[in-house]
Amino acid sequence: MKKIVFFLCTLSIIGFHSCKEKSIAISKIEGKEIKITDSITSNKDLDEFIKPYSDRIEEEMSTTLAYAPKALSKSDAKFNTPIGNMEADAVMELLSPILFNRTQHNLDGVLLNYGGIRSSINKGNITTKTGYNIMPFENEAVVVRLNGEAMQELFNYLAEHQTAHPIAGMQLILNTNGSIKKALVKGNPIKKDRIYYIATNDYLQKGGDHMDFLSKTDTVINMNYKLRNLFIDYFKKKDTIAPVKDDRFIKLEE
Amino acid sequence: MKRRTFIQNTTAAGVFTGIGGLGLLSSSFASPAKHITILHTNDVHSHIEPFPADDAKYPNLGGVSRRYTLIESIRKENPNTLLLDAGDIFQGTPFFNFYGGELEFKLMSKLNYDAATLGNHDFDNGIDGLNAQLPHAEFSFISSNYDFKNTVLDGKVKNYQIYTKDGVKIGVFGLGIELDGLVSKKNYKETKYLNPVEIAQEITQKLKQEEQCDLVICLSHLGYKYDSDKIDDLKLAEQTKDIDLIIGGHTHTFLEKPTVTNNLEGKKVLINQTGWAGINLGRIDFYLDEQNNISADGMAIEV
Repeated sequence: MKKIVFFLCTLSIIGFHSCKEKSIAISKIEGKEIKITDSITSNKDLDEFIKPYSDRIEEEMSTTLAYAPKALSKSDAKFNTPIGNMEADAVMELLSPILFNRTQHNLDGVLLNYGGIRSSINKGNITTKTGYNIMPFENEAVVVRLNGEAMQELFNYLAEHQTAHPIAGMQLILNTNGSIKKALVKGNPIKKDRIYYIATNDYLQKGGDHMDFLSKTDTVINMNYKLRNLFIDYFKKKDTIAPVKDDRFIKLEE
Repeated sequence: MKRRTFIQNTTAAGVFTGIGGLGLLSSSFASPAKHITILHTNDVHSHIEPFPADDAKYPNLGGVSRRYTLIESIRKENPNTLLLDAGDIFQGTPFFNFYGGELEFKLMSKLNYDAATLGNHDFDNGIDGLNAQLPHAEFSFISSNYDFKNTVLDGKVKNYQIYTKDGVKIGVFGLGIELDGLVSKKNYKETKYLNPVEIAQEITQKLKQEEQCDLVICLSHLGYKYDSDKIDDLKLAEQTKDIDLIIGGHTHTFLEKPTVTNNLEGKKVLINQTGWAGINLGRIDFYLDEQNNISADGMAIEV
């Protein structure tokens, strides 16, 4: 700033300007986005620095586990998506026997969150890396015990948000105006005096996405099973991963 | 890219054409007009390597090493450059799962980042996990509305920082999103979230009035726009004054060009966000002149 004061005063002595303003101001702003494409050469030193880190990861990641005949993305459909259904069904399938062995209770349903599907699945080989891409977080599967009232809140939440949060074991059909037409757990309406065993992840159970009903449980059964590992184990179990959109969560059209 | 010129008022346009002649006169006496370049990223989410060629959405895009080449070439063109990040450096590829953020910080240091603010995912290995990686970061962390007093980060995160480039004082502060509901309490521990608008008013007053900064930049991880009442970059711009540029994050918003909006005093504020995963580098160029050459609000914005 001082430099400019000096400059302006010099000018005023010469007689071009008065000395009343003493600071600098923005005269022009330009803004743009520059796309990082392969037309920009990478830096050799940096590549060499990264290489040992990526080699170790690659070794573990490149194992082929299953095959996807079609690309899967969470933007494929509304209300329920093939990739979300796959995730919820995987949790249902792999967690049910573990829960039963441990507690003699059956798993009634699964609720995950749409935002938790962190990547699409490309057509072709599914590898360990696919598991990391769709579930990069360290979240673990948990099972909560919900009464009929909390279950109703669960369905209300889904009806209100109309987001394709992945579900399994449950069905929700909305009327054209968004109100609930049908809400079923394993094919039956909710009973007020029943306890339901619902699997989710620890993030949602602790209040993530404000699914507050998931905290209305007397016990949280931690399955000590990271969701990523669960999906990787599911891929190992299957040859082909080809889930579809179905009618587990839909809104009737006019 | 489509380029559009906003001339804030018609007199400014007149002044602009007039400056040419004045410039000729003054150039022999004056220090020339200042040029400051701001480069920025947000939500890189551990995307160190480019997306693979067969990626469904972003084939062959991104990559830290290419970003380095680009940044270095811009720095050669204008050494008066700041490189900033608006948070969520962590989480998104196995690089984070395997190494906990070490490589992200080391590479950002090699790229000579000046500062970053904190995103919600930077707490994914807990505040202790973040603290453990700090020795790998040779750049500042700036967050003005997280109070870390009773945490391991106490004293390690700056409230704001002032950079001087070619005699231009640039004040940078940071705003983070409400952690409750986004990050589990066991991860953020005793971190206190403070009202971003109140903090912004307080800090911009300090940067502009007390510190006499010529430019004020907000690194925000609040998110670009919500239809609800939740605070976002657009609302922040409208409810504050003295911010020249908001570099945003969190919502992974790909803006075709920076958004120009009005602040509380009706002055222009730029908001930019570059999507995520290091697919884009944002570039904002500020040209500064002696104030008495042009009226205070006579600035042209080309985006």
